[in-house]
Amino acid sequence: MDIQIEGLTKFYGPQKAVDSISFSVKTGEILGFLGPNGAGKTTTMKMITQYLSLDEGDIRLGGQSVKDQNLKRFIGYLPEHNPLYHEMPVYDYLAYCAALQDVPKDKINERVRQMIKVCGLNIEKHKNIGELSKGFRQRVGLAQAMIHDPEILILDEPTTGLDPNQIVEIRDLIRHLGKEKTVILSTHILPEVEATCDRILIINRGKIVADGTANTLRSQAQGNYITRTRIKGAPVDTAFQALQGLSMVRKVNLEDKSQGRFLIESAQDANEAIFDLCVKQGWTMLELTPLETKLEDIFRDLTMN
Amino acid sequence: MDKVWIIAKRELSSFFDSLVAYLILVAFLGFTGFFTWLQGSDVFFRKQADLLAFFETAKWTLFFFIPAITMRMLAEEKKTGTIELLLTKDVSDRQVVLGKYLGCLLLVIIALLFTIPYYLTVSRLGNIDHGATLSGYLGLVFLSSAYIGIGLFASSITNNQIVAFILALVIGICFQFIFDMLSNGTTGFLGELFNTLSINNHFDSIKRGVLDSKDLIYFFSISAIGIFFAELSIKNR
Repeated sequence: MDIQIEGLTKFYGPQKAVDSISFSVKTGEILGFLGPNGAGKTTTMKMITQYLSLDEGDIRLGGQSVKDQNLKRFIGYLPEHNPLYHEMPVYDYLAYCAALQDVPKDKINERVRQMIKVCGLNIEKHKNIGELSKGFRQRVGLAQAMIHDPEILILDEPTTGLDPNQIVEIRDLIRHLGKEKTVILSTHILPEVEATCDRILIINRGKIVADGTANTLRSQAQGNYITRTRIKGAPVDTAFQALQGLSMVRKVNLEDKSQGRFLIESAQDANEAIFDLCVKQGWTMLELTPLETKLEDIFRDLTMN
Repeated sequence: MDKVWIIAKRELSSFFDSLVAYLILVAFLGFTGFFTWLQGSDVFFRKQADLLAFFETAKWTLFFFIPAITMRMLAEEKKTGTIELLLTKDVSDRQVVLGKYLGCLLLVIIALLFTIPYYLTVSRLGNIDHGATLSGYLGLVFLSSAYIGIGLFASSITNNQIVAFILALVIGICFQFIFDMLSNGTTGFLGELFNTLSINNHFDSIKRGVLDSKDLIYFFSISAIGIFFAELSIKNR
């Protein structure tokens, strides 16, 4: 089931929390939702889950508008702080959620057991939720979101509070689920987005500032080609000036004088030009490494004004 | 209706999982038992085979206890954020409020069922009016329903349980005393209005065995208005 969002706007008083954003997510796609705190990520997610009403615009799930119909049953939702009934045992809570989500009565036990297995909750299933560690609570939150096998999963910071092993497990789980389902997840952890998501959406102050895969975002980030090179057989100053003289090069940093290592920032890919320069001058090139622009840099570029 | 029942069952079992249900039951039976059998204008003092003493005590006990059980209903869910999880399930706001209403009402009915021995005992002591007793019990259920409606409303507008409790009591006091006092001091339409709003006038006739549709409509309306405004205030999020 795909998600189409058009001109979505939400006001909190006079403040525009979400400012006419439009995007769509296809079935089988995992969309990573990025943005600084207060950018409108959670508000957007709350509107998709139909917890908050829309002020303007429309959200369509599988072609049907949430304004015309109650489409909550297609969505599994894990809210930001993972609020749960602490006094309830895990098993009972999941059975309660299953019943509320219209899982047929005779299937509830089977389904709850399955979720307990998938989320690794077996040893904790008879404990009260309040007695669980944060990681296990997070798993309960995920289990309740998936209990009715929803078409769409909305996960607001699903890996907060998990230890590194659990993070890997949960990521694998999300990636596995994402093959058949439509998943939107928000996070602050940038490597997580790269590891899990097919597509990245960055929003800032209620507006979309970037949309694409990690690679397209990188290539969109202008003038951020960074190349490391090490040249032998030339006086450092001469090499420095020659590199600086290349037309696309913006800035040359001398990284290590004794080894003749330079960091070159350029507007376009400068690898070829650097190579040609060395050939022409008869210098020996010992290293030529295109360095990736980090997602953190792109994120910072887009969201700091 | 299905969903309402699922929510009501959870609320009821959460009363019994915590100590709330047992405390309420013990305190309710303790208070009503004490004033029905041992103290004040009790059964032996009245020398009548009826349960009026019980109905009067139960009215006051419920007046204090119901805000105590309704106060956490919505206020706590709002405070901990679980309401977000609940309302993004395939349930409507109304089903949530009705489920909580039903859960509270069931707890009160269970408490009332435990007083059936009072009825059996009195019926052995003399010629009890079975119809009037049944009517009295119904009256207590209706009265509780109204209090629960008020309590849920109070709980829906705040996320602080203490505020919800006090607000429910204050609204309860209006219906219990203030409207009564106002009706004594005013005449004409206003006097009539306050007289109609006062809860005692309605409860007094039911507990004596007079089941009037006017009284039923009164209790039903207060419950419905309470539920309606509770729903409205959680809808406004």
